[in-house]
Amino acid sequence: MDALVTFLDDLPILSVITFLPVIGAIILLSIRGEEAVVAQQSRQVALLVTVTTFLLSLTIWFGFDSSTAAFQFEEKVEWLPQFNMAYRMGVDGISMPFVILSTFLTTICILASRHAIQKMVREYMIAFLILETMMVGMFCALDMVLFYVFFEGVLMPMFLIIGIWGGGRRVYSAFKFFLYTLTGSVLLLVAILAMYLQEGTTDIPTLMNAKFAAEMQTWLWLGMFASFAVKMPMWPVHTWLPDAHVDAPTAGSVILAGVLLKMGGYGFLRLSMPMLPDASAYFAPMVFTLSIIAVIYTSLVALVQDDMKKLIAYSSVAHMGFVTIGIFAANKQGVEGAIFQMLSHGVVSAALFLCVGVVYDRLHTREISRYGGLANNMPKYAFAFMIFMLASVGLPGTAGFVGEFLVLTGAFQANTWVALLAATGVILGAAYMLYLYRRVVYGELTKPDVKAMLDLDTREVAILAPLVIAVMWMGVYPAPILDVMSVSVDNLLTNYHAALAAPQAAALPDLAERVVAWLK
Amino acid sequence: MSTMPDLVPAYPETFLALAGMALLMIGVFRSKDATGLISWLAVAAMAITAVLIVTGSQGPVKTFSGMFIVSSFTSFAKLLTLAGAAVSLWLINAWVHKEQIARFELPIIVLFATLGMLMMISANDLISLYVGLELQSLALYVLASYHRNNLRSTEAGVKYFVLGALASGLLLYGSSLVYGFGGTTSFDGLATAMASEPTGNLGVVIGIVFVISGLAFKVSAVPFHMWTPDVYEGAPTPITAFFSVAPKVAALSLFLQVLAGPFAPLIGQWQQVLVFISLLSMGWGAVAAVAQTNIKRLMAYSSIGHVGYALIGLAVGTTEGARGMLFYMLIYVFMNLGTFAVILSMRVKGRAVEDIKDLSGIGKTNPGIAIALALLMFSMAGIPPLAGFLGKYFVFMAAIKAGMVPLAVFGLLASVVAAFYYWRLIKIMYFDAPADAFDRPDTATGLIMTACSVLMLVLFFASAPFVGGADTAAKALSLG
Repeated sequence: MDALVTFLDDLPILSVITFLPVIGAIILLSIRGEEAVVAQQSRQVALLVTVTTFLLSLTIWFGFDSSTAAFQFEEKVEWLPQFNMAYRMGVDGISMPFVILSTFLTTICILASRHAIQKMVREYMIAFLILETMMVGMFCALDMVLFYVFFEGVLMPMFLIIGIWGGGRRVYSAFKFFLYTLTGSVLLLVAILAMYLQEGTTDIPTLMNAKFAAEMQTWLWLGMFASFAVKMPMWPVHTWLPDAHVDAPTAGSVILAGVLLKMGGYGFLRLSMPMLPDASAYFAPMVFTLSIIAVIYTSLVALVQDDMKKLIAYSSVAHMGFVTIGIFAANKQGVEGAIFQMLSHGVVSAALFLCVGVVYDRLHTREISRYGGLANNMPKYAFAFMIFMLASVGLPGTAGFVGEFLVLTGAFQANTWVALLAATGVILGAAYMLYLYRRVVYGELTKPDVKAMLDLDTREVAILAPLVIAVMWMGVYPAPILDVMSVSVDNLLTNYHAALAAPQAAALPDLAERVVAWLK
Repeated sequence: MSTMPDLVPAYPETFLALAGMALLMIGVFRSKDATGLISWLAVAAMAITAVLIVTGSQGPVKTFSGMFIVSSFTSFAKLLTLAGAAVSLWLINAWVHKEQIARFELPIIVLFATLGMLMMISANDLISLYVGLELQSLALYVLASYHRNNLRSTEAGVKYFVLGALASGLLLYGSSLVYGFGGTTSFDGLATAMASEPTGNLGVVIGIVFVISGLAFKVSAVPFHMWTPDVYEGAPTPITAFFSVAPKVAALSLFLQVLAGPFAPLIGQWQQVLVFISLLSMGWGAVAAVAQTNIKRLMAYSSIGHVGYALIGLAVGTTEGARGMLFYMLIYVFMNLGTFAVILSMRVKGRAVEDIKDLSGIGKTNPGIAIALALLMFSMAGIPPLAGFLGKYFVFMAAIKAGMVPLAVFGLLASVVAAFYYWRLIKIMYFDAPADAFDRPDTATGLIMTACSVLMLVLFFASAPFVGGADTAAKALSLG
């Protein structure tokens, strides 16, 4: 027993969680036989691998020491020693919850794809497993280049998932997704290279303590912003998201909304804020402006959608607006709220896409007007959908409330106007979600094909039940999650404000002046 | 009285030349077709040459009155050239037998072309530079029109010859100007002469521009790239594979040797030209490829783009730049060989096809080929975790370090455009409805395809020794 404990302690647990899915993908490649047999076995192997990964990821939660802001479960293997590039992994209170979110949602996705995916099943499962590796790796990476590798590596499987198993204009959407994201990413790469050339390392903890000149910070910040704003997505570079969501298969939408959108927010918290504090403070008003536009504008757009997935996609952009407001409010409530909002949105939007998937599998349309009166023949479905809809609205007692409330509190301290305008987004959010729910679930059950729809089967209940539990638990008792991140967030903000208070070599000139100077 | 020059540093080249002649004899005196045998012997000769290079002196040593140089830089470039040539020869051998146009001269011409490349890499004098360059060029013209009953192949050969001759003329004219105003053809002598006059006198500068133009033609950089798509399309596919790797490595190494050697003091004069060529190559390589329907033409534009990225390393004019360029070329060689192995296995019912559309749906019908090509395309686009990403990473690092941030940003944005057409191939393979399935590739082609695509991952994860090798080689150039 002792031997087992030591063995488990010595295990590079983060690498195991990260690369177990890839091993699963290699096993999938080796399956031989009839197509139906391969498909069946692929589903089982993929499920087994993702469940194991999820359970293993829980061990880092239980083993996590939330009293320290230091990186935990650290690993380091030399990669390119002559460039100070290494394979460095570690988690702190900010990244750990995202690892759990990724492994949890991937498991749900594999389950949800059991019937919806019938062609090239093996390849589908491989794509998802590789995607899981990239996501988990990105949240664990403690080296800028490694971070970038995982950050951009996500593109390949997601491109294939949208393009091969999607519907509608899948090719268009896949390319739009990839071109937007790649364009942003290459500018992040320039920033990484510039930071490496100044500091001689790509180690993230070291760079957090590095001091960049004010002038350089602005450029570095903009390079990173280009990348994270697209991933987030922030207005006005959000237009890839509705297309990608609409045309992706259900599980693809779930991962896209659940995890991929969080990469931008995580990037702001892990790189922009700690490494470039002056520029972050300098650009905060711009971020606030863009976020408020996103919150109000995309909420209004969501109000007039006829496609369920598109509506939820626009609501995601609005919710991510809250996240950026919270991050750049740069106080404890704001940042904790932003992280919590990302986690709750990860669960809630994933669940909403699954709910759309449930009715889409039965009627093969996402048009809202084709439904109506589902409460009569699908009571279980109506109940689950209601929970998620209310969570998305931010009803107290659900996951959505905690994040939005904290963000608004934080924003209020930073800037009253921002808080006021962002709060209108909460009202609009209630409007479009309740309107959606009314049109789909209430009303007369008149359409014959809708009448014929069956309620949730056991598998669907098994998929949605854990999400209902998670949403309620996060709403009623958020303390365990907030406790995990608390010390890390404190540490981030202490350093951030200390850096801002430190005397500056040269104050940043006014943005308008800079533009004029540049034009000359 | 003349003394015998020191032959030891030139053993590898001497061996390769003798081996070529011996193989010619074998070919002539064997009664039945000996192409297969001679191909294998030629590959073996290249392997032995590589061993001689590795075990020989890493110098820097000069011989033949300073006309021939051996250093760790030349060794790196030569090994890369030999690897490219040997793998291409393997592909060529598999192909000629399938097409039933085997002739024993073919591997021998490839061997002599390779010899020319090795001479170019070791050139330390404008005269030896030209001799090496012409040996490889003449051999390449013949190779382009090897399929002599095929109209496009002969057309490619003639086009290549006419434009190649023009480029050689430019190069010679430039050399004569440099000689006239610099007073010597030796690189060492020129270096001394140039250092005394760092602003350069006009005659020399014009000469350098002509030399650069000639070399830019050989590496197919924009605006001297016009021959590339036609020759790539017309020449027999495995020979195109050879064209796209070995001569590129040799010519880029020569480019580096010339500019970093005798003309290093005039960096202010040639740097802007190189930046311009590099920008144009990256941009045009990316944009023009988008509209291509023939995969070989696509690869031509792709290689123009890649040369643009490699030239960033040269334009920067630092050791980091040279290292970036060499590492880039290392990855490029295997990336291209793998892709051409895939193109060679595009055969439907025994007939070769080369339209991009023919790849439709092979994700379903030929999953193995599709995965290999997908990995190679992701690598070409510079997406991590594949080696192509690291190649770009080091080149751009050098550019940013030298303060050329706009060049790096432009290059990266061009790489996004280029990524579009690489990803389009993936779209065609996986998103489109299946067309006719390809025949099972032969063992050699399949093996090369698999090895190269796996290598894209290996070169990424275990890159340290390779970057180290490129670093040692770049340091031998004694740049700033």
